[in-house]
Amino acid sequence: MTEVRAEMVANVWKVVAVEGDNVADGDTLVILESMKMEIPVVAEGAGKLTRLAVAEGDVIQEGDLIAVIE
Amino acid sequence: MPDSVLIANRGEIARRVIRTCRRLGVRAVAVYSEADAELPFVAEADEAVLIGPAQAKLSYLNTGAILDAARRTGAASLHPGYGFLAENAEFAAQVIDAGLTWIGPSPEAIERMGDKIRARNLMADAGVPVAEGATEPVADVDAAVALAKQIGYPVMIKAAAGGGGIGMSEAADEQALRSGFETARSRAERFFASPAILLERYIAAARHVEVQILGLADGRVVALGERDCSVQRRHQKVAEETPSPGVDQALRERMLAAAIRAGEAVGYRGAGTVECLVDTHTGEFVFLEMNTRLQVEHPVTEMVTGIDLVEQQLRVADGLDANFDVSSISASGHALELRIYAEDPVRFLPSPGPITQWREPVGEGIRVDSGYAAGNVVTPHYDPLLAKLVLHAADRPGALALARQAVEDFVITGLKTNLAFHADLLNSEEFGSGDYDTSVVNRLRSLGGAR
Repeated sequence: MTEVRAEMVANVWKVVAVEGDNVADGDTLVILESMKMEIPVVAEGAGKLTRLAVAEGDVIQEGDLIAVIE
Repeated sequence: MPDSVLIANRGEIARRVIRTCRRLGVRAVAVYSEADAELPFVAEADEAVLIGPAQAKLSYLNTGAILDAARRTGAASLHPGYGFLAENAEFAAQVIDAGLTWIGPSPEAIERMGDKIRARNLMADAGVPVAEGATEPVADVDAAVALAKQIGYPVMIKAAAGGGGIGMSEAADEQALRSGFETARSRAERFFASPAILLERYIAAARHVEVQILGLADGRVVALGERDCSVQRRHQKVAEETPSPGVDQALRERMLAAAIRAGEAVGYRGAGTVECLVDTHTGEFVFLEMNTRLQVEHPVTEMVTGIDLVEQQLRVADGLDANFDVSSISASGHALELRIYAEDPVRFLPSPGPITQWREPVGEGIRVDSGYAAGNVVTPHYDPLLAKLVLHAADRPGALALARQAVEDFVITGLKTNLAFHADLLNSEEFGSGDYDTSVVNRLRSLGGAR
């Protein structure tokens, strides 16, 4: 199981993946926005996306859980 | 001179405009969002009005709230700073209609330069060199491929209404163009509310050199020297200097003359910047775009000329002559600006957060334009610029030495900053030699190896 966590305070701009998806290494899960920059959050390894913990418009803090891949 | 100025901006530039207002005895009115209530510019203004929540579209882009603040405080004029509404022709017209003095060029001049395709065509007509490229918006991806065949790869894809490096990418071949085109189009739509795309020949080895112009109240346009802005990451500037080490006197004279023609072509009034690319192989330059506002990096020009550009903006807006000798503009010494960003110094990812310590370097030839102080929180809502460290010395080696010490003495803790990047830049052979181009940051970071 891999937990994907936020590297910084950011707004969730776009949720690209859907819970239950099978994702490949490098697939974009969500796109964050911070300080006028888009930051794609990608899967670091293949697996099934069992949890997507954020929604578009959310403000997330550093360390917050974004997704779980199993 | 207007007796009062409302500053429709935030952070370091709001503070910088307030400083000139103070010196001239002009009342300064700040507007701020809920996220910025604790920042120095709010406290330093003579009056400050809360205009909305953190999101820019509800505060710094909220034209109704800003005009209302101007009415309530009886502000005589409005300074837009840079970014936000500074190049919004419709807003400039609203400000003028509300009976205020707009501190900037006419809405018509903003409009004509705002669309990069139209601006290119206008410049070509005025005899200013432009890169080979589109003369109208590129309709779709097939049209882009056809045009690229004509002008030759590599090409640069840009949002016609864009700025700040957003929606820009280069393509070395048809495949890259096909994927880059769609990305550029969706970004253009999202950030600039216009899907129009410009395609032009990309110059791989180039310096980004711009000319500061000032359109005077009597209609004349003068040039106040150039700035080299080739140190960029993600097409955004990180460090600037003047004079440019890559521009000799003959090229300088041609570029300044072209910039004056550019300003004259649109009847330009006030401070503006004509951005160009200089091909390092051929030594030729082409027009990129014109910024119809005060530029972030204006302090380097102020340091070498001794001219306060904000003061000149206020004078021109009020129909007053410049208070310096426009027939003999001279520059002395060398100036350098380092942009201190809230970002990690290796990958350049944003790093908002609380500032626990903040200590600025002081000394002769050192100027710091900052937007924050210890105890402030840097939020993710706005751009990552914390401060501009500006150095002025008799020559380039002197300015670099001053910069190395000042970077070491600048203390910011609590969040990540790019100060360590600036230390690397200043110590690098490429930047030190002066012989660098717009890829210097990429080269520096791949040499460093760290990821």
